[in-house]
Amino acid sequence: MTIDVIPFYLFGAVAVVASLLVIAQRSPIYSVLLLIASFGALSGLYVLLDAPFVAVIQIIVYAGAIMVLFLFVVMLLNAPHEETEEDLAREAGSRPRSASSGLKVFGVVLAALFVVELGWALTRRGGGAFPGRPVTSVAAIGLSLFTDYAFAFEVTSVLILVAMVGAVVLAHREPAGGNAHWGEGGSQGGPPE
Amino acid sequence: MTPLLVAQLGLTLFVFIMLLNSAAGMVYFERKVAALLQQRMGPYLVGPKGLLQPIADVIKLMFKEELRPAAADRLLFALAPIISATAAFAAFAVVPFGAETTFFGLLDEPLRLQVADVNVAILVLFAIASMSVYGIVLAGWSSNSKYSLLGGLRSSAQMISYELSYGLALAGVLLLANSLSLSDVVDRQAGTWFHVVPRWHVFLQPIGFVVFMIAGIAETNRAPFDFPEAEQELVAGYHTEYSSMSFAMFFLAEYINMVTVAAVATDLFLGGWHGPFLPESMGWIWFLVKVGAILFFYVWMRWTLPRYRYDQLMAFGWKILLPIAVVNLIVTAAGVLYFGL
Repeated sequence: MTIDVIPFYLFGAVAVVASLLVIAQRSPIYSVLLLIASFGALSGLYVLLDAPFVAVIQIIVYAGAIMVLFLFVVMLLNAPHEETEEDLAREAGSRPRSASSGLKVFGVVLAALFVVELGWALTRRGGGAFPGRPVTSVAAIGLSLFTDYAFAFEVTSVLILVAMVGAVVLAHREPAGGNAHWGEGGSQGGPPE
Repeated sequence: MTPLLVAQLGLTLFVFIMLLNSAAGMVYFERKVAALLQQRMGPYLVGPKGLLQPIADVIKLMFKEELRPAAADRLLFALAPIISATAAFAAFAVVPFGAETTFFGLLDEPLRLQVADVNVAILVLFAIASMSVYGIVLAGWSSNSKYSLLGGLRSSAQMISYELSYGLALAGVLLLANSLSLSDVVDRQAGTWFHVVPRWHVFLQPIGFVVFMIAGIAETNRAPFDFPEAEQELVAGYHTEYSSMSFAMFFLAEYINMVTVAAVATDLFLGGWHGPFLPESMGWIWFLVKVGAILFFYVWMRWTLPRYRYDQLMAFGWKILLPIAVVNLIVTAAGVLYFGL
């Protein structure tokens, strides 16, 4: 065993243990923090794989941007602990989910999956999965992204847009009147009466 | 241990100690400049010209009682200032502050005055900046106090919003330098145009420089963007509940972040250690002068401008600064592509 293996096992162990703890303990805010730790360990593994760019992007995008949003949501909802099964059972009895919201979620997921599939199918046709170009340097990654994978890249941006629209649709509550337009209707904001 | 390794370790220790000192120095500098701008004396009792005032402050902080609100989350409350301070120290590691040197021939091969010459240095800076947000968010949340929570939310929303403009202003320089390494960016700025004008990026990217400075002030939560510490409304924002050395760690982080932003601005836009009159090996003097000038500008702004309103801050960041930064980036990209700047 050479000395290079030690950091690999170290980062690997941190990633595995932190990921397990994300689902094994109940406080949502600690789950978020442990997930960040797990991402950090993954980024360490990327450094060991000689891909510093990917490692840093992992930190900026996942551990930085995305997890900050998670943390915001958890903090603002102020969810103290995960509900036990009895709580969930009691809640399920008292407040049934509406079928239409479930349908919407399903629709959005389906649409997203379709777009991804389409992207992959159309990309696979030209070139292989990774046509043997080194992807360690920033310039090489940029070139690959905007030539061989241009379509997948653009489709991914559409996918993110779909997800965003989906989130807005899901978060938007219908006003009490039913078929009112956006922004109209009592408590949904707008100028005070 | 090879001499190079010893030099590298020594350099790391030196940067660490200098960062600590720079924070103390900045406190004194800030109070003196503030006094100058307001026609007061500033600290003058402790030591000659009040020079020992920061030391007195640190001693006072050390002997204060460490308080923790009863309802606070114990672990996160302790962790938050550590995250802030660690991120502040870590960020400076990738900032070069002098040309390659052999330390008067002590080393066989030259060593660059920089703790870690990473080839994606600028992205590393961003990664660390995005980590430092957690210190503030967690401090605000774990204190279990309304002022802390509001301050934490505000300041993290502010940092995330202005990070975009900050990054886009940087990207213009990266296009010109064609590299993500800060030392490469500095090396490109050596020499002069027409034997007069130094080849600094600030002359090619004046808008980028202005955007970078404004976003940098917002990133470090300084006046006129000092919402986390809007004392009239939030007591002291995210560190309201902190006392003694854990408060000192936030304080330290804030001042070190200022020094780091000033150093990065120097490297990216003001030619780093390049300057007239001095030989290359003495370049660090130029570096210090430029960083000092930017820090003076920071302090000057703080004591001149009143604080924005929070909605004005957000509107300015998203509707004015960001579009300017985007247009600047596009124009720069076109310039590089068609004129090979």
